[in-house]
Amino acid sequence: MADMIRRRALLGGGAAAVGAGLVIPDVAASRDLGAGRSGYSDRSKYENAQRVFRPSATPGTGASRTPLQDLYGIITPSSLHYERHHSGVPSIDPAQYELLLHGLVTRPLRFSLDELRQFPSVSRIHFIECAGNAGREHRGEPAPTVQISHGLLSCSEWTGVLLSTLLQEAGLKDSAQWIVAEGADAARHTRSIPIHKALDDVIVAYGQNGEAIRPEQGYPLRLVVPGWEGNINVKWLRRLQVANQPAMSRDESSSYTDLLPDGRARRFTFEMQTNSVITRPSGGQHLQERGFHEITGLAWSGYGRITRVEVSVDGGGSWRDAELQTPVLSKALTRFRVPWRWVGEEAVLQSRATDETGYVQPTREVLVAARGMKEGPDGFNHYHGIKPWKVNRDGSVSHI
Amino acid sequence: MAACRTFSLLTLLSTVCVCSVVNAGPPSAPLGIGRPAPAQRISAEDLTILPDGTGLPAGRGTAKQGAPLFSQQCAACHGDHGEGRADFPPLVGGRGSLAGDQPVTTVGSYWPYATTVWDYIRRAMPYPNPGSLRDDEVYALTAYLLYLNGIVPESEVIDRVTLPRIRMPNRNGFIDGWSGVSWPVSHSCPNDSVLSMPP
Repeated sequence: MADMIRRRALLGGGAAAVGAGLVIPDVAASRDLGAGRSGYSDRSKYENAQRVFRPSATPGTGASRTPLQDLYGIITPSSLHYERHHSGVPSIDPAQYELLLHGLVTRPLRFSLDELRQFPSVSRIHFIECAGNAGREHRGEPAPTVQISHGLLSCSEWTGVLLSTLLQEAGLKDSAQWIVAEGADAARHTRSIPIHKALDDVIVAYGQNGEAIRPEQGYPLRLVVPGWEGNINVKWLRRLQVANQPAMSRDESSSYTDLLPDGRARRFTFEMQTNSVITRPSGGQHLQERGFHEITGLAWSGYGRITRVEVSVDGGGSWRDAELQTPVLSKALTRFRVPWRWVGEEAVLQSRATDETGYVQPTREVLVAARGMKEGPDGFNHYHGIKPWKVNRDGSVSHI
Repeated sequence: MAACRTFSLLTLLSTVCVCSVVNAGPPSAPLGIGRPAPAQRISAEDLTILPDGTGLPAGRGTAKQGAPLFSQQCAACHGDHGEGRADFPPLVGGRGSLAGDQPVTTVGSYWPYATTVWDYIRRAMPYPNPGSLRDDEVYALTAYLLYLNGIVPESEVIDRVTLPRIRMPNRNGFIDGWSGVSWPVSHSCPNDSVLSMPP
């Protein structure tokens, strides 16, 4: 009892040494009353993971990148979901908002948000990835961190009504082949989606991670086109037009194309192909001590489920299977983990994903040999090569 | 195969059971949600221009009329003659460069449809004030860009009839989808063969 009293007295004075070398830090000792409740909470003031972006000539144009190295599991916090805008983030009053659905349908319709929420709903976890993610790796300018190399990638639980449900409501005419989707941003971003995809798994989403979609992600309504390049996941969705051909909008007929060595280009290359990257340890991080470390990262495929991720710690000489976090979801990020003991020597870490269609993530060399080194109007798209990280003897981790 | 069949039969049976117990099947369309979209509302909001010219409004313009407009509305970013500036892309040039070592992808060298030029100018330009140009101005600016790229003469009248007839130099420069791709690895890639393209 006397001991306890003495201990309390010591703790009252702040961090204190108790007994032989035992230090009890302030935080564990504090008995101050904590903060009260709040209507909408923020993260701890000690947490500082941030999206990063470079200034651009027009502030509303450009991208910000998700700090993949700081994230756990497979869900990207909505506040850290990567951004890509063409003409800024519009401010849309949901009370004034309507979605227009017209074209080759028997009943042209308009919907308020409340009406959209009246429909049978789905909640599904899907990644969204910019077509240009990791394009600089293709160019041969490997990024120093995974945020810079792969940060145009995020994953959320999206809630909304299936596009197929809305199309059934309006009644498709026989000649319907494409859905032209248009955003309410200043530039009225627009893309065309083939009918087979529109009737498959596209979501007209109003929810993200359990709450309304964030303004940067398309509030109040966006398309989620699972597995397909980010640009086609039209944000601030205002209009859906059923057509018999694609609109050949600028972003589908000239941007977001893949220039080939012979001067021709691929377009409508929708799927983001099978990919993975190690997020810890990754470039810019530092292993503080030898011994046990978990190697962990993310794998994803626009074609479906990830079935296997292999990890190499010797530069691709040997590979072992990583554990996949379950459930493994189609067209969602898949967290992988593999235990590792670092003995203080140089090591080259890399991961290689396989999906349910049998697509095995290639090396950069294989990709470059197949696709060449020609940049299209917006650089390299659809890069998905294996990304190595080098652990140096001093524990620092760098790119190769 | 036999295993697959057994599985689908079981799935079917369990679906039937669920339905009979809770009377919850997939809802049948239409559900009667939403309101009719009046034709007037649609035509006021419909911005889509299809490659065959569907959606193009009345109006007309020539490159000659477009030149002074370009100076006022476009040159600050895209350069006096569409050559581009530091952070903004060139709109002119690059013809014949795509197969070489230094491809330059512009409206003239790369864009496959002239209708896209018209659509993008009306939709998104000028950057600080999109939607501010009159239809005649959009036709004139489109004509000017096509003229700068050597695709139409300076006095050619561009309107909703002539614009879709213009054959862009790189019209046949594209392959659709990942179709026919066995690189870099072979796998089953669904749905690539079902894209329906303009004639």
